Amino acid sequence: MNEKISRRKLITKGLAATAGLSGLAVAARLAAKYGLIPPDWGGLYGPGATLTYAAQRVLTRHSLAREFPRTMISKAPFANGKAPELEAFKRLQAGGFADWRLQVDGMVAHPGSFAMSDLRGFPSRSQITQLTCEEGWCYIAEWIGAPLSHVLDATGILPQARFIVYYPIDKMDSWDSIDMADALHPQTLLAYGFNGGDLPVGFGGPLRMRVPRQLGYKSVKYINRLTVTDSLRKFGKGLGSAAAEGCYSWYAGI
Amino acid sequence: MADSVPVSDLGPFPSTSARTVPGAAVRHSATVRVTHCIAAFCFLALLVSGIEIVLSHPRFYWGEEGNVNTPTLFSVPVPASRHSVPTGYDYVLPDQNGWSRYLHFQSAWVVIAAGLWYVISGLFSGHFRRILLPSRPDLSPGALTKVLNNHLRFRAAGDDQSYNPLQRLTYLVVVFGAFPLMIWTGLAMSPAVTSAFPFLVNVLGGHQSARTLHFFCTLFLALFFAVHILMVYLAGFRQRMRGMILGVSKEDS
Repeated sequence: MNEKISRRKLITKGLAATAGLSGLAVAARLAAKYGLIPPDWGGLYGPGATLTYAAQRVLTRHSLAREFPRTMISKAPFANGKAPELEAFKRLQAGGFADWRLQVDGMVAHPGSFAMSDLRGFPSRSQITQLTCEEGWCYIAEWIGAPLSHVLDATGILPQARFIVYYPIDKMDSWDSIDMADALHPQTLLAYGFNGGDLPVGFGGPLRMRVPRQLGYKSVKYINRLTVTDSLRKFGKGLGSAAAEGCYSWYAGI
Repeated sequence: MADSVPVSDLGPFPSTSARTVPGAAVRHSATVRVTHCIAAFCFLALLVSGIEIVLSHPRFYWGEEGNVNTPTLFSVPVPASRHSVPTGYDYVLPDQNGWSRYLHFQSAWVVIAAGLWYVISGLFSGHFRRILLPSRPDLSPGALTKVLNNHLRFRAAGDDQSYNPLQRLTYLVVVFGAFPLMIWTGLAMSPAVTSAFPFLVNVLGGHQSARTLHFFCTLFLALFFAVHILMVYLAGFRQRMRGMILGVSKEDS
């Protein structure tokens, strides 16, 4: 070193470091207040996951996923999975899913359950969007369903609600959750229809969560339970989804 | 202190303040060295994690849609990490996408931050103008042919202290072409980002086009990386590494 550390330099650097640290602390507080911290914020990859979630939440809170003309619907969509092997599922399937029920509990004024006919009674929304898999493939399809926000409104979600946790019938270990920005987003559907007909079992019928602004793994198939909550800490390991426990990021906007 | 070294980049003369190494020339400014080091680590992390992600679906398409039920533009002849992908191999690799995706996006954030730092400081310090922009006479067909000929015959490019025009053009294409295109095509694959900025993917021709372009861009950068390492080796590995890591290079010739 050809130069001693001068007092002025020490003071300037000290001030800069303090300003930087307090800036970071303020940023963290603000981010937490505005819901910009994902449940999997900890660990080695937490900083990147948090930056992605915060940036995309700020930029995309109200934006709509791309929709396509009917002519672009894929002629060869890929189901990526078979019907569940579960006995209970087979029984419900044999009955044409007439007895399929969606249970809603947690921070709601009126916990209860909806039959498929109840869900079809909500004003429906049809949209032609892309299902994008994290593996790299995709297809375009028409999805028809009840906007999740309508169903949540009907159950009277409490003001402190911050996340919706959803469970499939067949694999309790593939539960997932979304924040309120996605839950109340007009394109987030409890989907029961596909390309003009009923949602085929291979694609998640009778009922699939459809979150078109996130990758396909957030669009969990065979949904039969929603839990409204203010915190994801008590769910599993507190990372927000089974996928995150298996090292797949909770937020999948990319 | 690193920042007491003058930002003279490829200054041909020994700097007066860098006396600790006699006869040394200051090769690269602190900004260039630090951002280059960050970019190198991020590039390797992005490359490894990117390869892992491709292994889960080593098929490429053009346009909006593409999956195992649709024809490919081409596919990479490697085994896959998913049972659903027909590859011709009778085994399936372990799934590494979880950590690969986390690492990929975290490295992307870091390399974007370092890249912005490098580009903005380079614009202000005149780094690009002085070091990377080739002069007009150097760009004449005759001059370029001469440099190209020398390269193809593995002849030293002459003036050791300054980048030759071919080198300058390559670095400019990497910094202002390949890296931005990489970031663009990457963002164009995000369903959330394209919900806010649909033109990012629409002008590329669709989601699968963006993915295929991202892959081609990777091939280009990987090729650049290999040639870059080779050239550093041919030009004197120890000396170049000293220049890029310590900011000085001892003239050992």
